[in-house]
Amino acid sequence: MDVQLKRGLLDVCVLAAIKSEDSYGYQIIKEMKPYIELSESTLYTILKRLESADQITVRSVEHEGRLRKYYHITDVGLSRLDEFKEDWKEILSIYDFITREDIGNE
Amino acid sequence: MNREKFISELREKLYGLSQSDIDERVEFYSEMINDRMEDGLSEEEAVAEIGSVDGIVEQIMGEIPITALVKEKVKPKRKLKVWEIVLLVLGSPVWLPLAASAVVVLLSLYIVVWAVVICFYAVAAALAGSALGCIVGIFAYLRMGRPAQALFAGGAAVLCAGLAILMFVFCVWLSKAVVKGTGKVLLGIKKSFVGKGE
Repeated sequence: MDVQLKRGLLDVCVLAAIKSEDSYGYQIIKEMKPYIELSESTLYTILKRLESADQITVRSVEHEGRLRKYYHITDVGLSRLDEFKEDWKEILSIYDFITREDIGNE
Repeated sequence: MNREKFISELREKLYGLSQSDIDERVEFYSEMINDRMEDGLSEEEAVAEIGSVDGIVEQIMGEIPITALVKEKVKPKRKLKVWEIVLLVLGSPVWLPLAASAVVVLLSLYIVVWAVVICFYAVAAALAGSALGCIVGIFAYLRMGRPAQALFAGGAAVLCAGLAILMFVFCVWLSKAVVKGTGKVLLGIKKSFVGKGE
């Protein structure tokens, strides 16, 4: 997939992965794996970006004698997801336009 | 590689980032390894899945804007004194041209490298030209009724054409290598700002 396109999608995917319940890094990667490949370093950057944009919050939870970071989606994050869905409708109509051009050329 | 070694190597190679940034990143990877081990992987397997330290460091350095790296690297331990700032400003006629010439030198090195590549292309083109010349020679000798020389010209044509093709393949490979190398060098320059030791 195109790098730029993938980068834009990854933020939203991470938000979607923690939408229903708070999750931690490895869980997010595992959940996304069937759909989109994501490396640890990339996830770290995304989480940092989402956190500084107030779209997620982070808390450390004690787990098996060590700390694990859980990520929680905020209202800002939720509305980003909604925005994405709206944007996607627009993209779909653009897609229709692009494929119509294809048919016209054939 | 075990977890301990991975973590200490990562910590060492991230030198140049702020201490809190290093701690946070190391903690993140440490958690990732622990969670994988909890998922049933052995320590070695878990570390292997995370990837090589060098790969990770390269990606991290690639993502961080160079200004942030430089800022962290040259961040003075104390505030600059007024006279130091005055010196920096007054000294600008000296260090500005120096910095500028460093950039120019790098740029000219880059141009020289490409000049070499172009030379190789020129050799390939010359060989191809010779091959064509030899082909013309075949017909010229045949018309003159000298088959032995025509045969010689034919052999030369095949030889030149073969060399030209080889040369061209080599040139394409070389251009690609130069482009790749340039990226590596740029990354290296970026990294040198966060290199080990002062």
